[in-house]
Amino acid sequence: METLQVLLLAFVSIVIVNNLVFTKFLGICPYLGVSGRLDMAFGMGCAVTFVVTLAGTLTWMINNWVLAILHLEVMKYVCFILVIAGAVQLVEMYLRKFFPSLYDSFGIFLPLITTNCAILGLCLFIDLWSIKSLLETVVLSFGAGIGFTMAICIMAGIRENLELADVPVCLRGAPITLITAGLLTLAFMGFAGMIR
Amino acid sequence: MANNEGKTISAQNVLLAGLWRENPVLRLLLGMCPTLAVTAAVKPALTMGCSVIFVLICSNIVVSLMRNLLKPHLRILMFTLTIATFVTIADLFLKAFQPDMSEALGPYIPLIIVNCIIICRAEACASKNGLFISIVDAIGMGVGFTLTLCVLAAIRELLATGMIFEIPVLPTAGDSDGWFVPWAAMGMPVGAFVTLGLLLAGVNLITRKGRR
Repeated sequence: METLQVLLLAFVSIVIVNNLVFTKFLGICPYLGVSGRLDMAFGMGCAVTFVVTLAGTLTWMINNWVLAILHLEVMKYVCFILVIAGAVQLVEMYLRKFFPSLYDSFGIFLPLITTNCAILGLCLFIDLWSIKSLLETVVLSFGAGIGFTMAICIMAGIRENLELADVPVCLRGAPITLITAGLLTLAFMGFAGMIR
Repeated sequence: MANNEGKTISAQNVLLAGLWRENPVLRLLLGMCPTLAVTAAVKPALTMGCSVIFVLICSNIVVSLMRNLLKPHLRILMFTLTIATFVTIADLFLKAFQPDMSEALGPYIPLIIVNCIIICRAEACASKNGLFISIVDAIGMGVGFTLTLCVLAAIRELLATGMIFEIPVLPTAGDSDGWFVPWAAMGMPVGAFVTLGLLLAGVNLITRKGRR
């Protein structure tokens, strides 16, 4: 029961309170770049969720079971980025073979996930928070993906409506998106302090 | 020094492009994550900028030297591994000589690995040009990035605490004759997004005027 409570708290914390996009500024590039249309944003979110769950778990395993034992922590970053690039490649190959239509609709986003800072960021944060249990790592990684999907979908919904609004010329495009994002983080700050 | 491909590009042009015309943050919208995350004060912003300059120069040198050996489908992987190596060096260096800053920047130093600026310059410049042009490009882009970071950080630090580089500038309300009430929001994520948004709007305004 206690484990369940810890896991549930970890999930809520990473999705809402410590949302990677709103409080840690991770994954801002796709957040601003891909959030033009809701369906694209959702697709991107799903792909990121899958890769981040895989990458977070794998890097935790490698870090704790291989690097820590061999005292090779220096190699941490190189290993992390290799795992992420490998995971993305794996997802890409799998999708191309079994879901070609989905693969086509993802297009350029799949390889771009490698350089999505949310993924490497989460791996680094899991290391920094020194999470000890594998189960908690899996929940945190999955939650981070869900949190990212939520953020990017909210943003896409707002931007679809923003297209109809009369925005001053010099604010059009990136500036108004950034200001909107700022207001969104303000809303999410209301959750701060709920959990550690 | 520049080889055949690089002859048409003058070094001065490349250097200036990074500072303004193709400024990575303001014009190309690259490297947004560190830009937003480390600009609560000038000191971490400057540290971040210097680390990025170091990694950018080193990775551009290596990529430029090995550009003829690269296989097209493996090139991004090679870029990332090169960058990861230099970021590890920068991270260890900061941990040894600037432990406070290393603590404050936390995971954002290792996150330079996935900073789009560096991989973009490796792909767009260093893998096509000779050593000299690549180094000049790295310096231009790196300094452009650092300057933008510092401007953003100076605005935010001034409004959030009344200080710049930890030196008091505006007399805050806590002092005897102070009048300035610090905006706590400027030090928070909201401040980062809104300030950068307004900064971009300002840049848009300037370039629009210039074109007319």
